Amino acid sequence: MTIDQFVENFADLFDNGGEINAQTPFKELSEWNSLMALSVIAMVDEEYDVSIKGIDVQNAVTVEDLFNAVKGKL
Amino acid sequence: MAFLHFNHIRIAGFGAGVPKNVVENDEGAVSSDVYSASDFVKTTGVRRRRVDFELTTSDLCLPAAERLIADLGWDKKEIDALIFVSQTADYFLPATACILQDKLGLGRECYAADVSLGCSGWVYGLSYVASLIESGTIRKAILLAGDAKRHYQVRHFDPLFGCAGTVTAVEFAQETERLCFHFGTDGSGFDAIIIPDGGARNQVSVDSFREEEFEGKMVSRLQTRMKGMDVFAFGISTVPKSIKKLTTQYNLTLEDYDYFIFHQANMKMNEVIRNKLKLPEEKVPYSMPDFGNTSSASIPLTIVTELREVISGQKTNIITCGFGVGLSWGTAAMTLDADCVISELTEVQ
Repeated sequence: MTIDQFVENFADLFDNGGEINAQTPFKELSEWNSLMALSVIAMVDEEYDVSIKGIDVQNAVTVEDLFNAVKGKL
Repeated sequence: MAFLHFNHIRIAGFGAGVPKNVVENDEGAVSSDVYSASDFVKTTGVRRRRVDFELTTSDLCLPAAERLIADLGWDKKEIDALIFVSQTADYFLPATACILQDKLGLGRECYAADVSLGCSGWVYGLSYVASLIESGTIRKAILLAGDAKRHYQVRHFDPLFGCAGTVTAVEFAQETERLCFHFGTDGSGFDAIIIPDGGARNQVSVDSFREEEFEGKMVSRLQTRMKGMDVFAFGISTVPKSIKKLTTQYNLTLEDYDYFIFHQANMKMNEVIRNKLKLPEEKVPYSMPDFGNTSSASIPLTIVTELREVISGQKTNIITCGFGVGLSWGTAAMTLDADCVISELTEVQ
């Protein structure tokens, strides 16, 4: 898995995801809420066959942090 | 491995009772600082629910059971087992199953017990009654399952959940299709859905009533709290695997099944599960838009509200899967014959 592909998959979940990059603190995005977190978990499950938990999302600040959490479970 | 199969079990009928009172999931009912009512409805799929602050689960099960027994034409004295699956029992003790044996007018030679499970509970309960019927003299049994009025309630119900009590009638049959199950448990996730206080571990104290923030909501320690993301991740990974294990163990083909009735967790989770299994929309009925997540009632309630008019009078192959609090899950594959009775929905007030 590559960080670029992960960022693209992540950004696709948002209506206005064009500006999202690896360093984006995603919880500060206006579209972010706890329901969006479910979409992220579903995307990771579908694209990478990895089950991330709430704590992984809670501990991540940037998209790259989340990428690293997923990579660590591969 | 927990696979079970039965060769002499016939599902005779289904019934369900819900409160007459309807609550719409508008801005008044969905109070959250982190999302709007419309976002909530869009994600969960729950537009409205049946809610009552007086009726207990057994109050909803009882009239539904009376109706189904009448529709079946069963003699109550022949019903030798009653299993009540719920996490909202009438009392801490005695078991609600004993109270229901008396209220229904079943005989004293009746096996009756409560089972404390939630979302997976109906599937587990069905395995209990099937095991009882194949193991001795019991020929007819009823499984009552659901959740309603909580033991302690503040302000309003969580907008995801609705109240319902169901009944499933099961009997011995010499010639019938095989009923098979797969079960699993992961107690390491025991706190993913939990009411922390009020049991023996954390007895009720003054602090139990104090509200604290949990995942963006203010809740007391006597209310259900759910780690939504963990439960979601659990559901979407566990359900497809459990179904695949069952079909592999018993050489079943998904295409042979007419309907897949899942626990009605929330629309987002259930749709991910449906897509992972590549099931067509028309084979996966949902009661959650009108009734919410109804815990152990959700599978039989969906059969009553969504399939009654469609499958009555015809042989139908179904796969069901309950999953959630515990964490606990169970999958069952079964055939409903053309004579299976599905009672009309009972509205209770």
